[in-house]
Amino acid sequence: MKSKAIAAPYVVWMAIFTVVPLALVLVFAFTDRSGNFTLENIANVSRYSGVFLSSIWLGALATIICLLLGYPMAYIISRKAGGRQSVMVMLMMLPMWMNFLLRTYAWMTLLENNGLINNFLGLFGIGPLELINTQGAVVLGMVYNFFPYMVLPIYSVLTKLDGRVMEAAQDLGANRIQVFGRVILPLSMPGIISGITMVFVPAVSTFIISKMLGGGANLLIGDLIDMQFLGSAYNPNLGSAISLVLMVLILICMGIMNQFDDGEEEGGIIV
Amino acid sequence: MKTISRIYTFLIYLFLYAPIVVLIVFSFNNSKSRATWHGFTTKWYEQLFQNDEILTALTNTLLIAVVTAIVSTILGTMAAIGINSMNKWMRRIVMNVTRLPMINPEIVTGVSMLLLFVFISGSTGFLKPGMATLILAHITFCLPYVILSIMPKLRQMDPHLYEAAQDLGCAPLPAFFKVVLPEIMPGIVTGMMMAFTLSIDDFVISYFTSGTTQTLPIAIYSMTRKIVSPEINALSTLLFGAILILLIIINIRQIRDEKKAKQAKRRAAQ
Repeated sequence: MKSKAIAAPYVVWMAIFTVVPLALVLVFAFTDRSGNFTLENIANVSRYSGVFLSSIWLGALATIICLLLGYPMAYIISRKAGGRQSVMVMLMMLPMWMNFLLRTYAWMTLLENNGLINNFLGLFGIGPLELINTQGAVVLGMVYNFFPYMVLPIYSVLTKLDGRVMEAAQDLGANRIQVFGRVILPLSMPGIISGITMVFVPAVSTFIISKMLGGGANLLIGDLIDMQFLGSAYNPNLGSAISLVLMVLILICMGIMNQFDDGEEEGGIIV
Repeated sequence: MKTISRIYTFLIYLFLYAPIVVLIVFSFNNSKSRATWHGFTTKWYEQLFQNDEILTALTNTLLIAVVTAIVSTILGTMAAIGINSMNKWMRRIVMNVTRLPMINPEIVTGVSMLLLFVFISGSTGFLKPGMATLILAHITFCLPYVILSIMPKLRQMDPHLYEAAQDLGCAPLPAFFKVVLPEIMPGIVTGMMMAFTLSIDDFVISYFTSGTTQTLPIAIYSMTRKIVSPEINALSTLLFGAILILLIIINIRQIRDEKKAKQAKRRAAQ
């Protein structure tokens, strides 16, 4: 089949709807309202370095919690027998099929000051605790929403592990901890890497979770961008500059992460 | 060790499902309270079906998803075949651009498309954010997933099959439909299903490209911003139920197919 031309409509489509829009972000980031070149927008981004830092911090925290909770879960699932294993994977994926707004909303109702958790604690004379509109609630929302994205890639690597490799390590005198640390963990690295990126990228750029669970007080990068385009502080030039910085930041993170992952296969699909 | 892992599994699934269960239970609560039980009712479901805003949003969402699934599957299949026959250098460039929307944070994709649509409508008057821009945006972010689910099937395929069909006198186009298409069909179906569900589920990109048009996630979002009615719980319950039934049907069919395959193998062995 020699038919490159058949991809032409797609190439044109992607040029118009992916490349041109990103070029527009770039143009807007480096121009002012009347369209003259300026570096002011980029310079102004530094005013929000606090928001950037707290977004990265909360995103990283959520990613680490997902990894620490998700790895054992992925391992447990991968050791189960066939039928049970597929049921457990299904159960892990099922919440992802529910719109994330509804999942976040569910936590909103649980964490409220007169919500179910505070009512329950009230029975023991505790509280009401300030649960919603805190950074903790934002991290919880991130962990809850993106947890399966950590478990599933790690699981898919772990199920493909050749059991004989572990037996060989044991035969050669390694104890359980050594087998895990020197055989299983290094071999599951590709899964961990894609899990980390799949949790960190949406967590760091979210604006809904922070709005719904963080109140107005815990602004994230996403909220800033939203405000510049559709919100009160309408300024697409500054918004583009912030988007550009976010994009570069994430590309750098991905670049660093990919250093740990050798031999990525072309054309593969994550999940 | 076994008990620890059992308890751990239980706690994780409790964490994942408890909020959803609470949401479902309170959709039947005879009060607006989201924390105390006031008896059973289905009135929120009745109200939901009289809520025009939600019903319009639902029709919009389904319409967009169907159009997106069809267009992105056709474009994506053509693209995958074309990309597959490119030389290494060109393929690498095209695939990298293809992955761009998958790597980029959704909010950046949404914002960049908003800029494009505002730019076009500002200079030509066409494409004001609305239904058309939503469909264009959805097709754009679904295309990479369609292409990436078809590509592996194309690679697995023996390229000589197509040549053989032509050697045996089949014209190129029929040869494609009779030989290539059946081979990559599973990939196409997966891609189309992914496009359909991604489109239904999308909020972030729709939020930036919708103008005043509402899709279901956008309607849900505006519902959570207002004083909340348990209608939203009822809606969640219905959506969750629909997904559950769909997944169960898919799974049962898969198991049945596997059984059939096994039986066929056994018969062949005999």
